[in-house]
Amino acid sequence: MAVVRAFALSALLWGVVGMSVGLLAALQLAWPGLNLPPYLHFGRLRPVHTNAVIFGFTLGVVFAGSYYAVQRLCRVRLFSDALSRLHLWLWNAIIVGAAVSLVMGHTTSKEYAELEWPLDIAIVVMWVTYGVNFFGTIARRREKPMYTALWFWMSTILTVAMLYVFNNLEVPVSAWKSYSIYAGVHDANIQWWYGHNAVGFVLTVPILGLMYYYLPKQVGRPIWSHRLSILHFWSLIFLYIWAGPHHLIYSPLPDWAQSVGTAFSIMLILPSWGGMLNGLMTLRGGWDKVRTDPILKMFAVGLTFYGMSTFEGPMMALKTVNSLSHFTNWTIGHVHSGALGWVGFTCFATLYYLVPRLWHTQLYSVRLAEAHFWIGTLGIVLYVTPMWVSGVTQGLMWRAVAPDGSLAYTFIESVAAIHLYDVIRAAGGALFLSGVCVMVYNVARTILQGTSEVPAPALATVAVAGGR
Amino acid sequence: MGWEWHRPLEAKQLLLAVLAFVAVAVGGLVLLIPPYFLQGSVPPIAGVTPYTALELEGRDLYIREGCNTCHSQQVRPFKTETDRYGPFSLAGEAVYDRPFLWGSRRTGPDLARVGGKYPDSWHWMHLVDPRRIEPRSNMPPFEFLTREPLDTSLTRRKLEVLRSLGTPYSDAEVAAAPDAAALQADGIAASLAQDGVDLGDVGARSEAIAVIAYLQRLGRDIGWRERPIGTASLSGER
Repeated sequence: MAVVRAFALSALLWGVVGMSVGLLAALQLAWPGLNLPPYLHFGRLRPVHTNAVIFGFTLGVVFAGSYYAVQRLCRVRLFSDALSRLHLWLWNAIIVGAAVSLVMGHTTSKEYAELEWPLDIAIVVMWVTYGVNFFGTIARRREKPMYTALWFWMSTILTVAMLYVFNNLEVPVSAWKSYSIYAGVHDANIQWWYGHNAVGFVLTVPILGLMYYYLPKQVGRPIWSHRLSILHFWSLIFLYIWAGPHHLIYSPLPDWAQSVGTAFSIMLILPSWGGMLNGLMTLRGGWDKVRTDPILKMFAVGLTFYGMSTFEGPMMALKTVNSLSHFTNWTIGHVHSGALGWVGFTCFATLYYLVPRLWHTQLYSVRLAEAHFWIGTLGIVLYVTPMWVSGVTQGLMWRAVAPDGSLAYTFIESVAAIHLYDVIRAAGGALFLSGVCVMVYNVARTILQGTSEVPAPALATVAVAGGR
Repeated sequence: MGWEWHRPLEAKQLLLAVLAFVAVAVGGLVLLIPPYFLQGSVPPIAGVTPYTALELEGRDLYIREGCNTCHSQQVRPFKTETDRYGPFSLAGEAVYDRPFLWGSRRTGPDLARVGGKYPDSWHWMHLVDPRRIEPRSNMPPFEFLTREPLDTSLTRRKLEVLRSLGTPYSDAEVAAAPDAAALQADGIAASLAQDGVDLGDVGARSEAIAVIAYLQRLGRDIGWRERPIGTASLSGER
C-alpha cells in the first residue's frame, strides 16, 4: 500500500510538472519572446513535456493502479517489497534524469524515445523490475482465473519491453551521445513502429486495464460482456502493432508498408470501439449514478473521447485525409483529444478512486471533483477545437494554388494565420491544468484528513472485500 | 458468460503471456524485417555522400536544439510541395542519416531542400534573430550558438562510430576530421565576413557555423539546384 501511495503522489507531481511545461511550450508558440535560450526554448522543452506526461504522469498512475488492483484480483501481497521500492525510486530518478538531460540538450531526437543511452539502460532495468514484481505477484495468486485487467497490464509489460529495446539500439559516442544502429528509412520505420505503439501500449492498453478494474468497481456492476473483453483484447493487441507506418504516409517508406499501416489503422476501429462499448455498456442501469458521481463522469467522458479519437485516427491514416492533415496542428489536436480526454480523465478517475481508499477516508470534496471534471472538459474543448481548425487551415493553405497555378500562400502566411488558435489552445491547456490543480488541493485535503495506518475496524472489511 | 474455450487461457499465466507476446510480435516481424532485406527497397543514389565532419557536428547541434520538433525534412510527392520546397524526398538520400530527421510537424517550413536556398549570412542573421528576417516568425532565437565555441573533441570518435555502422569514411577522413571541420568553417566564416557579418569573439569556431554548414548541405546530394546560393559552405563542391 505504501508503494501505491507513493506512485500515486509521484504521478500527480509529474502531471503538474509535465502539463506546466506543455503550457509554457504552447505559450512560446504563440509568443516566441517567451523562449529562454539556451535551456528553456521550445525545441528542448517539447520532449520534456511529452516525456513527463507520458512516462511520468500516465505511467505513474498505471503503476499505482495496477499494483493496487493486482493484489486484490490475486488475493496476495505484491511479490517483493524490495522490488517495489526499487521500481519506485528508479522510476522517479529516471523522470528527474529525463527532465534534466533533455533541458541540457541530450536527446536522440526520436519522438518519445528521446532519452540517451544511460537513461535507456536505467529504463530497461526499471521495466524488468516492474515486470518481475507484477508477473511474480500473479504467479503466486490465490484466485485461479486472471481477470481481464491483468491481461491488459501483462501485455503492456511484454510489448513495451520489445518496442523499447529494439527502437533504442544505438552505439554510444560519449556518456550523453549515441548514434542509432538504423539509418534513414529503416530508422523511420522502426521509430514509428515504436512511436505508434507507445500510444498503443502506454496510452491505450494499460489505461484499458485501469478502466476494466476501476470502472466496474466504481459503478458496482460487473463488466458488460466478458466475451467482448476477450474479442477486443486479442484483436486490439494484434492489430495495433501493424499501424505504425501511418505516420509515414507519402514518405520514402515502401508503398506496401504504408498501405499495410493504413489498412490496419482502419481495422483498429473495431477493437477500439469494442473497448469503449464494453465500458459504456457497463454503465447501463447505472446512469443515475453518473449524474451525481464525478468519477463515473470522468470514465464516461474518457471513454467517449477514446471512441472519438480512435475513429479520427483511422480517418487520418487514409492517404487523402493524411495528405491534408500530416505535419499540421490537426495531429496535435488528435493526440490531445486522446491524451487529455481518454488518458487524462481515466487516470484522474483512477486517482479519485484510489486516494480515499489508500488513506482510509472519504474524498475531501465531491463538489471540487465535480468542478475538476467540468473545468477539464471545457479545457479539452478549448484545446482540441482550435487545433482542428488551425490544422485544416494550414493544410489548405499549403496546398492552395492561385488561378495561374502558382502557390497561393507563402509558408509564413500559414504561420501567421493560426496565431489566434495557438492562443486559444494555450488557454484550453491552462484550464485543463487548473483543473488538475483543483485535484491536487482536493487530494491534499483528503490525505490530511486520512491516515496511512489501517484503522482497526477496517481490517475486518479488508478481509471480507478483495476479489473483483 | 464467456466463451468456454478461453477459460484455460485465463487460468494459465505463462500461456496467456506467451500468446499475447506472439500476437504483438507478428506485426513487428512482418513490417520491420522485409524492408531491411528486400533488394531495391532503398535504391542507391550516386551523388549521396556522407556528411563532412563539420556538417555532422552541425547535424548533432540541430538535434540538440530540437530543430526537428518544428521542421520536417521530408518533401512529399505533391506538386504543391515540390513547387514550395523542391524535389520530393527519396529513400536513398537518407542512407547516412542516423537518426533520420523527417519530423512530424511543420511549425516552420520543411528543410529537406533548404541547402543553397539562402546565403550563409542569411542563416546567420536568421539564427541570431529570426524576427529580424521575418517579423511573423515564431522561431526561438539561437543567438547563443554564435557565442558557443564548437566542441570537436569527439568528432573523430563520431566518425569512427558511424564508420563501424557502415558509413564509408576513409582512415584519412577520420584522422583529419577536426582539421577538415576547421577548414570548412573558415570558408563559411570568410563568406560571412564578405557579407559584413561580425563573427564576434569565437570567430569561425562557433557552433552557429557548424549548423550553417549542415543547413547548406541539406538536399544538395541530388544536384537539383541550378544556381545554389552560399557555395562557400560546400568546400570543394561535391
